Formats: sequence, C-alpha cells, structure tokens
Amino acid sequence: MTLELDADVLVVGGGPAATWAAFKAAEDGASVVLADKGYCGTSGATASGGTGVWYVPPEPEAREKAMASREALGGYLADRRWMARVLDETYDRINELAEVARYPFPVGPDGEPLRNGLQGPEYMRRQRIRVRRAGVSIVDHSPVTELLTADDGAVAGAAGYQRQADRAFRVRAGAVVLATGGCAFLSKALGCNVNTGDGALFAAEVGAELSGMEFSNAYGIAPEHTSVTKTAFYNYATFYRADGSVLDGAGSQRGRSVIARTLLASEKVFCKLDRADEAAREAMRRAQPNFFLTFDRLGVDPFTQPFAVTLLAEGTVRGTGGIRIVDDGCATTVPGLYAAGDAATRELICGGFTGGGSHNAAWAMSSGSWSGRAAARFARALGPSARERRVRAAGGAGLRPTGTTSSVSAAEVVAAVQAEVLPYDKNYLRHGDVLRTALGQLDGTWSAVRSGLRAEGTDVVRARQAAAMVAHARWMYTSALARSESRGMAKRLDFPDLDPAQHFRITSGGLDEVWARPQEVTA
Amino acid sequence: MIELVSAARCVTCDKCVAVCPTNVFDRGADGVPVISRQQDCQTCFQCEANCPTDALFVAPHTHPLPAESSAHDEEHLRRTGLLGSYRRDIGWGHGRTPGAARAVGPALSPSGPPLIS
Repeated sequence: MTLELDADVLVVGGGPAATWAAFKAAEDGASVVLADKGYCGTSGATASGGTGVWYVPPEPEAREKAMASREALGGYLADRRWMARVLDETYDRINELAEVARYPFPVGPDGEPLRNGLQGPEYMRRQRIRVRRAGVSIVDHSPVTELLTADDGAVAGAAGYQRQADRAFRVRAGAVVLATGGCAFLSKALGCNVNTGDGALFAAEVGAELSGMEFSNAYGIAPEHTSVTKTAFYNYATFYRADGSVLDGAGSQRGRSVIARTLLASEKVFCKLDRADEAAREAMRRAQPNFFLTFDRLGVDPFTQPFAVTLLAEGTVRGTGGIRIVDDGCATTVPGLYAAGDAATRELICGGFTGGGSHNAAWAMSSGSWSGRAAARFARALGPSARERRVRAAGGAGLRPTGTTSSVSAAEVVAAVQAEVLPYDKNYLRHGDVLRTALGQLDGTWSAVRSGLRAEGTDVVRARQAAAMVAHARWMYTSALARSESRGMAKRLDFPDLDPAQHFRITSGGLDEVWARPQEVTA
Repeated sequence: MIELVSAARCVTCDKCVAVCPTNVFDRGADGVPVISRQQDCQTCFQCEANCPTDALFVAPHTHPLPAESSAHDEEHLRRTGLLGSYRRDIGWGHGRTPGAARAVGPALSPSGPPLIS
C-alpha cells in the first residue's frame, strides 16, 4: 500500500535549510510535509558537525568588512546585494533562535552573549522540535526518489520509499522545496553520507539548471581512517613527514594541496596541534567536543603526539555549486520548485569558495526561510484545485531503465563514480586531460545506469543515490572543463591563473546530454 | 563505526533505530537493536548521543574493528570513561547543562570572537 499525503508545501530534506523552510512555510499558514531520507534532527553535515555562523551585527563597517573579506577568495563571483540580504536574514534568524527558540548560546569573557556558532546536535534537535510544534508533518526515513509534475510542467509533489515501513509514499503538493544537501560521494566525511546529490538529480529531471558545479572539490582534513572533518583547529597544526621533519608549505587554510601531493606520493602525513597553548587547548575541548571524540577514542593526545591525517571529499557540501536559483524566493527555473541550503548554489554569497561552515550555515537559514515563504505563497496562489491536478512521475535513471535487462548494480555504479571523483589527482589537483578522461568514464557509467540499473522496493533508494552521484560528477567535470582558468576552488594545473575575461558563472544541466555554458554575473 | 550494543544497558526504547540517519539498526526479536547494516554507518556518533542509557559505543574508525578490539569490551569502555562520553561532553541527559551553553573556544584570529562551535 502506498502512503498518500498532501500538503501546500513539501520540503525534501531534514537539515538546517529544510527545517527553516518548513518552519517559515508553516508560519505563513501553509500545510507542510517534511520528508527526510534519514531522521530530521540528526541527518546531514550540520547535525553531526556543528557550524560557525556568518553572524555580523548591522554596523556598516563590520558588514562591509564581512562582505569584502571573501570576494577575492571566491573569484569575484559573489553578489553584494545577496550578501547583504543574507547578512540581514541570518542576523534575524540567529536572534530568533536565541530569543524565541531559547537556544543556549554561551556568554563570552566580557559577559556579552556569543552568537557566531551553533553546536550541531543541539541546534538540530531544537529545530526538529520547533518544526513539529509549528504543525509540520515530519516523515523520517522516507527518502524521496523522484518529483511529480503537472500537465503544465510545474512541480506538483514527490514520490519515494519509506525504508523502515517498507512501503512507497507519495506527497501531492502545491510547491516543493529541495533542501537535500550537497553531494559528498559517500566519502564518509562527517555526517555527509546522506548527501548524495539526490535533489540536483530530481531538479534536472524536470528541467531545472545548476550553477557553479566546477566549485565542487572541497576536501576536509581528518585523522586517517576516521570521519571527523572539522578543520578549524588545524590552524594550530604543524604537519610532518614520517621521518619527523616538517612538511614545508603544508597547512589547513593554505597548503592543503601540499598534503594532497604528499599523500599522492604514497607518503603519510602526520600532524600535531602543537601551536595551541594551554588555555587554547582547554577552550578547544569546550567548543568542539566532537573534534576530540576521535582522539580520545584512539588514545592519542593531538597536542603532543603525531597522528596520520587524510583528506576526505566533501564535494558540493563545502563546495558552492548546486541548483540554480533565479529570484529572491529561491525559485528554480521550474514553476513550483524551490531550492535551499547546500542543494542550491551558494555562489551568490561566496562565489567559488567557502572554507568553513559560517557562510554555509548563513545560507542554509536564509535560503531555507526565503524558499519556505515563497513556496507557501506559490501554493496559496494555486488555490485548492492544485491538489486535483493530474500528475506524472519524473524520475528516470535507476527507476525506469530504458533497457530490459538488469546489467549493473548500485554498488558497482558507486564504486565507478568514486574512482573518478575521490582521488586527489583527478578532482582536487585538476588537469584538463585528466578531467576529459574521467568524464569519458562517467559518461559510460551514465549510459550503463540509464539502460540497465534496475531496483525494487527499498533498493530503489540506493539506485537513485548512485544515479545522482553519476549525474553530479558529470556536471562537475563538464563545468570544470568549461572554465579554462583558475578561479575560486576550481583550480586547473593546466590553467593556473585567473583570466579576467572569464568573469562569469557557469550554468549546467542535462542528463543524457550534459551541457555547460557561461552565465553573466548578475543578481 | 557502531561497534557495541549493550543488551544489559539497553531499555529497548528504539531511539537509536529512529535517529540513525543511515538506517543501520533493526529492532531485534527481544527489542534490543541489532546492527544490521554496519557498512552504512557513517561514524557520526548520533545514536550514541541520543541513547538514554549509554548502551551504544561508536568507535572512531570508518571500517569495522576485529572481534577482539576493546571497542567490544563494555567493561573496559566503562572503566576508561569512554562509554557515554559524547553524551556527557555535549551535556545531554538529566541534570546536565547543555554543552552549547559553555562552548567558548579560542579565538582563531586576534580580532575575532571566540569560536563557539
């Protein structure tokens, strides 16, 4: 039996952007269903990681400094108007968390409240409670697998499969917000294995566009064979070779590529946080208990004992590419479809680079709130007849193969994609020749998926994740090849310099035929 | 990865089954959760943080540990204070103060505010 639900607004995802979207849509009077692949409250990069927040008081000098600080890093692709409105919205939302939701922000040494960060588990536990109290119906362990469209092409809901209840479900909705996160290619970076780029696949299948997919090669530092990719405290690190000599040029903010090159040469890289004094060491434990979990359980004192490190792919979770949005309410190019958080492009406020969580968190709460309100208005304008619309399912690859035989498994597809996107010498240290070869492989994998990846019941979820990862990788490399220069995080070994003539964004899309083209930088 | 479910401590509340984002557990016949899909565990520690009786232990490794690993030795984990340490550190559980309220870290730049996450 398929579970049938209906709502004014369906929010797909369960992280910060999704919960803000659901909350603001409900506050606006909409009936809302939130469907999460895992569990709203623990799912995603923020819940497990925690995050700084781009929280800047509305003082002109501070705001100007905040906006100017990242423009060069982002390759001058951010937009001042969007930065300003995200700073405004984030300031309001964080204050709402403090004053209405009573999030327990700490107090600094001078007695002033500090609101520039959020502990992941605490933040998302409270977001779940708020969303429920606002009347939103949360359905957990309910991965969406495809969108539904009406005869006029507008998005009119979604369908999926409830893993624990072992049944299909379908939600008819006036509007849909995709807040499914970025794509980290099942690299096991902290909290990111639910982020397989599903939303981007759904969006592309109904004709939506992506933007900035070349900005998709973020790698986080973690102790070898572990998951915690929190990197702020590596500012206190010295990196060493196996023989104990200092690894010249290696660092967290600048010099991560030196770590990648050394690892590629089959040499281990070791690290000690030996630049933290006693006071800093104590404070670090209070700020990031999860950072120290790994070390305490390995029996390593990270301040005095060297530990081996690795780099885990964080793709478009920390990278800035995602679904292209075209107005202030975070609408996509498809009516009824909105995108928020890491699923949407973050270029508008970061251009081609974000280092840590602060802009990402600000973007999630801002784009989430805007998309929720806009989706509620869109659904209201459709009126009650919206639910009578005839709908058709839009999913293709992994759901409705074009061939008649089952010729490839989801696990094989995942392995094939990972072989092209995880290695540092393909995705991190990019070269056109290597990208072209990788893209050829990925095109072949897509053809195999399209014709012969077939799954039933709960396995449909894995098949769709695999398909989404292949699609993501192809938009990434097609976009990276369209930029014959180095800008933001999209650096090319064969074009090491920024080319002022390529001061544009790159829009991409398509599934069987992937395309990418320059797009003028405007708001 | 999740390495230990203590049947002795478990109160069969199903919380870990519900909160695991990657659906690693199934409810066992006796109500105690079973680690059915360990390979899907993403080592995010959320099950442990949400377990009201500290009946779970997540090792930091992203690969399964051998049977003889101390990650399966409940008495060792209890003695060393590792069992339930994440929940304690984030201040979850009756009578505890949320860690968020005292999360004042170092400032990473001379002019910047203290890090609080």
